[in-house]
Amino acid sequence: MTPIKIAVASGKGGTGKTMVATSLASVLVSEHRVQLIDCDVEAPNAHLFLKPSINWSSPAVIMIPEINEERCTACGKCVEVCEFHALAQIGTRILVFPQLCHGCGTCSLYCPEDAISEIPHQIGEMSRGLTTNGVDFLMGELTISEPMATPIIRQLKGLVNEKGEIIIFDSPPGASCAVVATVHDADYVLLVTEPTPFGLHDLKQMIGVLKATGTPGGVIINRDGIGNQQLESFLEGTPYPILMKIPYDSEIALGLASGNVLTDFIPQYQSEFQSLHRRILEHYAKVSA
Amino acid sequence: MILMISSQGDTLQSEPSLRFGRAPYFIEFNLEDDSWKAHENPAVSEAGGAGVAASQFLIDKKASAALSGRFGPNAHYALTHANIRMVTFDGDYRSVQSVIDAYKDEKLQEAKH
Ligand code: SF4
Ligand code: SF4
Repeated sequence: MTPIKIAVASGKGGTGKTMVATSLASVLVSEHRVQLIDCDVEAPNAHLFLKPSINWSSPAVIMIPEINEERCTACGKCVEVCEFHALAQIGTRILVFPQLCHGCGTCSLYCPEDAISEIPHQIGEMSRGLTTNGVDFLMGELTISEPMATPIIRQLKGLVNEKGEIIIFDSPPGASCAVVATVHDADYVLLVTEPTPFGLHDLKQMIGVLKATGTPGGVIINRDGIGNQQLESFLEGTPYPILMKIPYDSEIALGLASGNVLTDFIPQYQSEFQSLHRRILEHYAKVSA
Repeated sequence: MILMISSQGDTLQSEPSLRFGRAPYFIEFNLEDDSWKAHENPAVSEAGGAGVAASQFLIDKKASAALSGRFGPNAHYALTHANIRMVTFDGDYRSVQSVIDAYKDEKLQEAKH
């Protein structure tokens, strides 16, 4: 079986995205090789639930320019081509702003004097470990305040075990570039939302991302019962079926608040997540046929 | 000597802008002859690095001093290296003209970092 990469995404934080990702990983690991990658590098939290024992870590770096002042003729080309404004020219000097640099390499490509070399600049850290039940866990964390999530997500994805059977991406919230980077090479996206007008609004945005990337997906309604039917009637006319509903339940809220995986503290959910996985595979097979 | 004042609009009567990188306009004011010119801030709609882009604009215009509500760390770094004085004003000034008058009367403070 080819590995199926599932991204779990939501329009905003706190909708139960990590709850779904960690539960799915915990349930499927009894029968499959499972890798979970927390791509929410600005605020990773899946590790708080899965509690992996981290045994590997590595700095995430991007390559930023260093100007060789002997060669630089101060032509200003590099400043002009940098779309992130990470370079400025003052008289004959070129200033580099490492915090703004995205490491795209455009400046060195355009420098007519070959005066730009590239040096590593740390933007975050990646770590990896196993959970007690055997999930191969990976996460990245940005250590700078600039929104530079995409390069770390790309590097994390370089660590995907292509021989693994199931790879779960816990996506960052929202519809930013970081989300697009996460969803981009997923085979399937689980959209977690709440049945409220806000939930519907966010869901529509997320569906926009799926349409743009052409990725199939299905919807999980969390805290079912708190809102109205609007969301369900909206989904009826779309290719994104409702795959699961998790009711609003104070026991769930309590268990999550103390850092537990849903399927551990309410074992009835194990079979629910198994059937969720079946439904994903069925829907995936149908749309990719 | 050229001042650049961050502004919401394109006249001396416009409200000054407390933001530097994302100010809609810069008013260029020449202290030698009191002449002035309004420039749209080329950095206003940049996704990132607006402070650096606005600083580059002031550097290219050979400004001697930048007047704004506050300067972000990147703008501060760029303007410092370019020897451009950073001067701040607060929200009490209702027009660019009143900021210029206060500057001439030495009532404004250097930006501190
Ligand atoms: S690598 Fe890209 S972002 Fe960084 S300074 Fe060069 S052009 Fe700008
Ligand atoms: S493009 Fe090269 S030569 Fe021109 S200013 Fe930049 S570093 Fe110097």
